[in-house]
Amino acid sequence: MSFKNTFLNGEQGLFKWDSLTPMQKITLRFVVVGLIYFGFVVVEGMIMRIFQVEQITWVSTNQYFAILTAHPLVGIFGSTYSLVFGAFLFLVPFLMKKPLWSIKLANWTFFLVTIGTFVFWAAGFISHYSPLYTLYWPLPADFSQFDPLGGAIFILGIALIMVGTALFVINVFMTIMYTPEGYKTHSAGALISSALGFTGLANLFRKNKKEHIVPLPVAAIARGSVDLTFNTLVILFTGVLILVYMIGALFGYNLKNTAIDALLYKNWYWWGLDLIADGLVLIFVAGSWYLLATLISGKNLFMQNIARAALLVELVVSWTVWSHHLLSDQAQPGILKVISGEMVTAFELITQGLAFFITLATLWSAKPLKMSNELKFLLGGLLGFALAVPAGIMQADIGLNRILHNTQWVVGPHVHVAVLVGLTMTLYSAVYYLLPVLTNGAKLYSQKLASFHFWAHLVGGIGMGAFMGMAGLRGMLRRTLYSEGEFNIYMILAGLSGALILFGFIAFFINIVMTVGLNGVIGIFKASKIKTKELLISS
Amino acid sequence: MVDSNVVLYGQTIAYTLYCVIMVLLVSWFAYKITRTGKSNIVKPAVFYSFVGLLAVIGISLHIITYNTIPWSEMDLNRQDHKPDKTFKISIQDHQFKLPSEKLVIKQNDKVLFDVSSNDLTYGFGLFRQDNSMLFQMQVIPGHKNDILWQFNKPGIYTIRSTEYSGPEGIYMVLKDVVEVTAD
Repeated sequence: MSFKNTFLNGEQGLFKWDSLTPMQKITLRFVVVGLIYFGFVVVEGMIMRIFQVEQITWVSTNQYFAILTAHPLVGIFGSTYSLVFGAFLFLVPFLMKKPLWSIKLANWTFFLVTIGTFVFWAAGFISHYSPLYTLYWPLPADFSQFDPLGGAIFILGIALIMVGTALFVINVFMTIMYTPEGYKTHSAGALISSALGFTGLANLFRKNKKEHIVPLPVAAIARGSVDLTFNTLVILFTGVLILVYMIGALFGYNLKNTAIDALLYKNWYWWGLDLIADGLVLIFVAGSWYLLATLISGKNLFMQNIARAALLVELVVSWTVWSHHLLSDQAQPGILKVISGEMVTAFELITQGLAFFITLATLWSAKPLKMSNELKFLLGGLLGFALAVPAGIMQADIGLNRILHNTQWVVGPHVHVAVLVGLTMTLYSAVYYLLPVLTNGAKLYSQKLASFHFWAHLVGGIGMGAFMGMAGLRGMLRRTLYSEGEFNIYMILAGLSGALILFGFIAFFINIVMTVGLNGVIGIFKASKIKTKELLISS
Repeated sequence: MVDSNVVLYGQTIAYTLYCVIMVLLVSWFAYKITRTGKSNIVKPAVFYSFVGLLAVIGISLHIITYNTIPWSEMDLNRQDHKPDKTFKISIQDHQFKLPSEKLVIKQNDKVLFDVSSNDLTYGFGLFRQDNSMLFQMQVIPGHKNDILWQFNKPGIYTIRSTEYSGPEGIYMVLKDVVEVTAD
């Protein structure tokens, strides 16, 4: 096939978009949008990195901080939420062997997350609303620095995503609990009890143990979705609170900022926000590792019951660790700093270490394995968390936090390595595994591009984290600008690492477009001609 | 009191070593997993030992730092320590207001920095002349924000807000305003 033909119709013309079920299309739409937003985030990251080294004339300081505000939010909501929601809306029914509860609701989730991300990004880009994702009170309502209208549209965009997220959670739980006609009947109570871990917990005290009727990865998705629910409520409530101040300002009323206690607000907000970073991300990732390990190896999961119990422990731990974000707040009670901030947080070393070990042991039981794309990306994801979690445990220490808080250390070896290497490589592993399933057997265009994508992303991600970490250990703060080139050498090296990630992403994007073809990409967004609730035609 | 640079140096060595070991371990695993040979089932005893090791590392990290990083204990129990000197500093409209143009401290003195904010959430940090951080804390409006620090060697430090408070916050730098003099 000629290059032009492959570009238009995909590798060997194997991808037939009109053969896709509605569920395959929804999942692929989520994946395409998630990847486009990932591209946004990488480009934004590169702009900021260049700005840190030398200020660019067409980017003002206010614009820089607006980008800094949007960057993590587009990454988490626009990219990661899209990829995760798309994958899980397919995998939950796939693993439960029944159709998704509501395709309509899944479409709504897709639209709300996609549009919501664009709305808040555009609002920030135009109005320069930049309170950062931390929203420390009363900064989001400081109208001497920010335009209330731009801020209100920004918050509205976030609210749309939260509504889409709530619909996703409803869809997941309803899919677990409902029994379609003609399917094996289990009571909704038994299903939800198994999914959330109550059955497993009760089994510890029972002589005749009950079987787990919900597969382990679905249990992980359900438990992560509990955190997702709490987190959505907290963000929505906080958004409404900020919106009240904005609407007041738009109508000429200056509401008193002191009506809100800044420390109480910070505790409340971090409790909810941390349910993403230290809750659902860790639980979803552990569940994804277990699923990928069993699919790649074809073996049962090593220590399956312990893995289930650990997911429950992780859920409870995630509700009680928020105080590690307030170790430098001197008004925060010391007891909360020690118990929640240090001790409970240290449990994450155990739960993530355990998931790491179980995944490797499961793979090991099936050796020799072919070094497929999904396996190499899975190992990259495992390495990412193995590097990032201990970095987080170190900064969650009262003594070390005094000299690490708000430095580039936090956002480099911990956040960027966890998200870029740990989380994203795990998601890429799932994308490479699901690609033939979701496309009814499309053939990957180039293995060389896939290998380049792997190495560029891995080396770039770890390199970026390492150079940011070195700058942080030498005192570079994460949320300011330096005008005298104090840390330029580290930022240039981190920028070069970022460029490697960008090149890897471009290679991946070209590979995917050439696999399904331009007509295929467009076809994914056309309505499905097949009227079925089943996931795949053959099923 | 041990200088915070010494602690950072130790952390750099420990974490770098750990990273090298992890990269080598995963590389070795990736190599071995593709080789033919006996497929092994990992014994549960190995697994439980690993979990035990993680628990020991997780908890002992904080016990070790509490007993070796001098400011940890002093920070948690600062009400039990009598400062040799107290500086009351306020912040408003992205401006630090110091009690005097220069804050002069005698070597080995324990100094309490009592910082208040009249509007936004800020940060308060002291930085060496090579830009490395001596210490920092958050400054929350409506709450008491104080930090006790013992200065063991002479030096000149810059005050900088360590928390983002809007684009204006990047200018919150008071260069070389803290001077620690020899005994």
